[in-house]
Amino acid sequence: MAIKNKDENIHSNVANLSVYSNRNLWSGVLFGIGLSAFIDETVFHQLLHWHHFYDKSTTDVGLISDGLFHAFSWFSTIGSLFMLADLRRRNALWHMKWWGGKFLGAGGFQLYDGTIQHKLMRIHQIRYVENVVVYDLVWNILAILMVIIGLSLIVRTRSRQPSGKAVSLEHS
Amino acid sequence: MNIHNHIHHTDGVVPQLLLALPFILAWIMYILATVHSSRRYKPWPLYRTACWTFGILFAVIAVAGPLANRAHMDFTAHMLGHLLLGMLAPLLMALAAPMTLVLRTLSIPLARCLSRILRSWPSRILIHPIAASFLNLGGLWLLYNTDLYVLMHENTFLHLIVHFHIFVAGYLFTMAMVSIDPMPHRFPFFYRSIVLIISLAGHGILSKFIYAHPPAGVTLEQAKMGGMIMYYGGDAVDIVMIFILCLHWFRASRPRIVQTVS
Repeated sequence: MAIKNKDENIHSNVANLSVYSNRNLWSGVLFGIGLSAFIDETVFHQLLHWHHFYDKSTTDVGLISDGLFHAFSWFSTIGSLFMLADLRRRNALWHMKWWGGKFLGAGGFQLYDGTIQHKLMRIHQIRYVENVVVYDLVWNILAILMVIIGLSLIVRTRSRQPSGKAVSLEHS
Repeated sequence: MNIHNHIHHTDGVVPQLLLALPFILAWIMYILATVHSSRRYKPWPLYRTACWTFGILFAVIAVAGPLANRAHMDFTAHMLGHLLLGMLAPLLMALAAPMTLVLRTLSIPLARCLSRILRSWPSRILIHPIAASFLNLGGLWLLYNTDLYVLMHENTFLHLIVHFHIFVAGYLFTMAMVSIDPMPHRFPFFYRSIVLIISLAGHGILSKFIYAHPPAGVTLEQAKMGGMIMYYGGDAVDIVMIFILCLHWFRASRPRIVQTVS
């Protein structure tokens, strides 16, 4: 059904994409942050037990930052999915922009978590082992990679959409 | 398990009855109102009665009976009770839309009078998202970071006040965020979202703070357990609240012009 509607509504779809361009990006970014935090909580806290619930070396700022980001990510996971549903119902979902936002959000949060929260505010370490620096490197390089992928996807949506496609469609 | 030589004079039958009685009365009045008003209007939805019933049930479990008895010496039990009384019960009871039910049950002059009271400035302040958050979190910070927690177990009056406050503040907070009852003023979704996020953060921060700094009279082991219950239990209730707030946004922001989809 979705494919059938796609052809018929493609013109309005392109118009919608430009109107809701930012909402696509934000929905993606928020979902990325939420997903990153969710994986952090389920995999590293609950399943592997690498992260500790509370580390005695946590600074006060770290405690506040952790609390704010935890609440924010909890909210943004749910909120971004409602935004996604809203974009779909408006026929304005722009996959590349959304995924770009998602990578940017997930990578950005992981980078913040891995550098500022783990190292500067010392809320907890990735794992309580000797050579934690290896874990830190893998963690942060992955985060930077995600940010690069996200940004490049977003840049590509800038140069491509929506004007080029809209013009070609006017002839059809 | 029940070590009775630790009993203070606050955990008698009377304080528990005093705390449970208003809830039981509220349940009876709700049921009577549904029966009465359903004669004149369309039947009151069953899921709302169910929400009210479970909300009342959790509140009563928190203030009277075995859990309430344990809460006097066991911080973990206290925290479980706090989650039920301050978060889960208010959420379920707010979803039961009691004010809507009251307004449709009362005669029109009385209902008008009530809605005037609801629109008055004191009630507007109480259900302001920021004021409700302060009442909610401020009360908790006071309870766990001062001697109030110890005093509460020694003084019956304080015990009653604290429990009354936990429930009322929780209810006002829920109303301010996700009420489906008629409200004098509904704040924009973005505004409520930001306040909700900050309040949830405050709750999470406090629970980790308790984990690391036990309140007076609580052992480190119990504080750790209690802090984690507060953190994850709070998350579980919060996810429902966030979901409802987002759902309200999703419904309110639906496209007005219906696209002609073949």
